[in-house]
Parts: sequence; C-alpha cells; structure tokens
Amino acid sequence: MNFMASKQPENCLLGPESDSQRTLYPYVTGTSVVALKYKDGILMAADLGGSYGSTLRYKNVERMKPIGKHSLLGASGEISDFQEILRYLDDLILYDNMWDDGNSLGPKEVHNYLTRVMYNRRNKFNPLWNSLVLGGVKKGEKYLGTVSMIGVNFEDNHVATGFGNHLARPILRQDWHENLSFEDGVKLLEKCMRVLLYRDRSAINKLQIAKITEEGVTISQPYSLKTYWEFSAFANPAQGAVGTW
Amino acid sequence: MFRNQYDTDVTTWSPAGRLFQVEYAMEAVKQGSAAIGLRSKTHIVLGCVNKANSELSSHQKKIFKVDDHIGVAIAGLTADGRVLSRYMRNECINYSFTYESPLPVGRLVVQLADKAQVCTQRSWKRPYGVGLLVAGLDESGAHLYYNCPSGNYFEYQAFAIGSRSQAAKTYLERRFENFADSSRDDLVKDALMAIRETLQGETLKSSICTVAVVGVGEPFHILDLETVQQMIDAFEIVGEQEGPAAEPDAAAAADQGGSTEEGVAPMDI
Repeated sequence: MNFMASKQPENCLLGPESDSQRTLYPYVTGTSVVALKYKDGILMAADLGGSYGSTLRYKNVERMKPIGKHSLLGASGEISDFQEILRYLDDLILYDNMWDDGNSLGPKEVHNYLTRVMYNRRNKFNPLWNSLVLGGVKKGEKYLGTVSMIGVNFEDNHVATGFGNHLARPILRQDWHENLSFEDGVKLLEKCMRVLLYRDRSAINKLQIAKITEEGVTISQPYSLKTYWEFSAFANPAQGAVGTW
Repeated sequence: MFRNQYDTDVTTWSPAGRLFQVEYAMEAVKQGSAAIGLRSKTHIVLGCVNKANSELSSHQKKIFKVDDHIGVAIAGLTADGRVLSRYMRNECINYSFTYESPLPVGRLVVQLADKAQVCTQRSWKRPYGVGLLVAGLDESGAHLYYNCPSGNYFEYQAFAIGSRSQAAKTYLERRFENFADSSRDDLVKDALMAIRETLQGETLKSSICTVAVVGVGEPFHILDLETVQQMIDAFEIVGEQEGPAAEPDAAAAADQGGSTEEGVAPMDI
C-alpha cells in the first residue's frame, strides 16, 4: 500500500512512473579510466575498484575487456550496466563472426554502435550509467574514442573518464606526443594514475594497464603504484593557508 | 518450357523436384534488356542497354546507386528492381548510421538473397521477377555478384544477364582472365564492347546504353553521355582498323565496318 504515492509535477514530460523501471542512480561504480595512443596502438589504465557509495567495497573488478579481434573497452560508472554492455557486444561480435566472410567490425564501428546504444537509452530516460573508452587498431589505423552516458562521443589522442578528465587530461596535454614508446606510454599513464590515487577518494592502489596493438590485446596482472605520503603539503596542509584543514 | 499441372503456385513442387514458378520468374529476367558487369581487383563496371518503348518516351532506369561503394544493374521487371534497390539503399544507410562504416557488399547480397528466398516459400507471394548484378567494395576488394529470383547468389569476375546476353557472355569468357589486372579505362572499354555484342549489329551509341563505375577511391557514379560517347568513338576507330585483321567472329568485324556509316536509326532493328 502506497500512502505517499510519488507525484510528478504537472509540467513533467516523463511517462507514468508506476510501470517503468529506469536507472535513477548508480550503485556499484568504477572510477576513472585513462587511455592514450602510442607508437604501436593504444594503452589504457584503470584500477580494480568497485565502490558502493563511499565504501570501497569490491577490490577485484576488471573494468577493461577485449572486444573481438581489434578493440578494447574500458568503463567507469555502474558496473552492472558495464556487464550489460559487454553482453550486447558479445552478441554483436558473435553475429559478426558468424558471417565468416573476411569482414570484421573494427574499433570505429564498435564505438559508433555503442554511441547509438547509449544515446537511445538516454532518450528513453533509462541510461546505461557508464562512461566508456573504446580503443583499438585495425589495418594499422589506431583508434581511440569515448562515449558518455548521455551519448556524447568523440575521438582523440588521449581520453579519460570521470576524475581522469580533470586530473589526468592536463598532464596528458602537456606530456603526450606522437609515437610514444611503450615504456614512455606506461610511465605517462602511471603518472596520471598516481595523481588520481592521491586525489580521487574512489581510487584504489591496485591497477591494470592494457595494451592493444595489431597483434592483439594484453592486459597486465594487477599491481600497485609506489606512493609517497611524506610531502610537507600532506604533513602540514595548513602551512600555505591559515585556517584550512 | 510448357504449362503443366505443377506450375500454378510457388509452393507446389513438381515430381522432378522443380519449382516452376521460380523458373518462370527467371524467364522474366531473360526477357529484360541486357545488363553486364565486370571487375578488376580495384574497380567494377556495370553497363546496360536502354531501350525506350518509343522515340517519344524516355528509357527506363536500370542502374541504381545504392551507396557510395555499391551499385546495382537490373534486368527483368524493373518495378521489382526499383523496390529491391530501395531495400538495399535502406539497409546500407541503416548500417552506415549505426557503425559509421560502409556495409560490406557480401553481406548485403546475402540479405537480398534471403529476401528473395522468402518469396519462394509463401503461398501468398510471388518471386521477384528481376535479376540483379550487384557491384560493390568491401574489406577484401572489389566484388561483382548476381542475385537470382530463386534466392541464389553467385560471385563473378564478369557476367551478363537479360536478352541476347549470351553474346556478351561469349565475349567476356574470352577476355575475363585479363580483367583482374585491367586498368579502369580498359575495363570500361571492355564493358562497352560487351554491350555492343548484345546489340547484334546495331550502332552502339551513348544514347542507348548506360555505364557506371565504382572502385577503390572512386565512389559509384553513372558516366555521363559525353564521356561514354568519347570512349565509344575512341575504340570504334580502333575497331575499324582491327576489322580486316580477321577476328574469330568475322560477322562482328564486318558489322564494325558497316556501322560507322550514317543512317542506321536506333529503332531500326
């Protein structure tokens, strides 16, 4: 019995609420994904954390997965929606493989398919609560793009989701250049992930770096970054600004 | 083919295991005016003969652009061909919208064939009465397919359909081994020669034929009348010189000599 029926304001364009179940807020979420193009392909990094609100509840959540032969998908946001997207893509790649005709969906095609899915769900007011990063190499062409939960999509030489946009992108804008070597690419990603680890409360110190080249996908084993907490700014934060904490 | 008691509807098999309605539909393709196609590794050329009903009317459109990388030439019931072209255009544009990538021609052809097959297995439908020569590009290069009313499809290096297509096929059979490495212009020339074979002596001019090209780096487009006429003129001269040099079909050679004279009106067959 519902004594306090949920009432929509008169000017609301949403349909009847009783018979729909739509995503209102995320529950188990992943934080930033950071990716960049390098000499042989794409490098992508994400930690293995699944937060339940402010609790760092799950510490073994893989947020990057290979898609078909040519692509790699990383996601932040609602983990169950990411799993749903992986199911859609699984079907897509399956039907693509069943053609068995020498044609295959490359990263650009997968990225656009995801854009259509995300945008359509947003239009129905039932979004998949994710920010996705799609990277890949096909026939020597490197591709790196991103799609948000409202269907905004674009390609770039380096992309990030969530906090990564604010903390990692500025570092990448400064330090990224064409034809990074693998080692330099990893070092650059680790620099970004370290800043995120210090400053993003939903980040955990257990990350993976994934690489995709013409040969295929490799996702590293989880490892930790070395951190240093003895900076005087951490030890004595109020030094520069009296009254702060 | 004669009337028999098993040919009334498409859902009746004959004792010999034939579906006569489907075969009759393929007859409709043979009655249509000729269409030919040939391909190299990088280009495909489609050509067709355009016969107008009378001098007063315009000719029917038999070559359709389906997408930048796919085109089709039809023979048979042109109305059915138009409807199928619309289906193909729709499929291409939907794929492009979802994947921002061109639909591989091999997949379109299978969808088309499956659509045709449905009409061979429903009592309330009839088979499409049109044969389609589908020219298109995909990841593995240039392709030419022939789609039948029966729902079958075949890939070809070169092919001809419609009335008097056998003459064109004979010409193509002699030359097809060279097509893979032909230049684009040589391919167009061969297409025009093949079209001429189906005309049985009538003068080949750009007003009675249509030629279209698609290739790597060249979107599908129909060549305009002047370009086609120039190419015809270019090889008609060569043809005249080759005439006396005893080609295997001497009849064609003799006709080449005769057709450069004035006064052969297009409809005077």
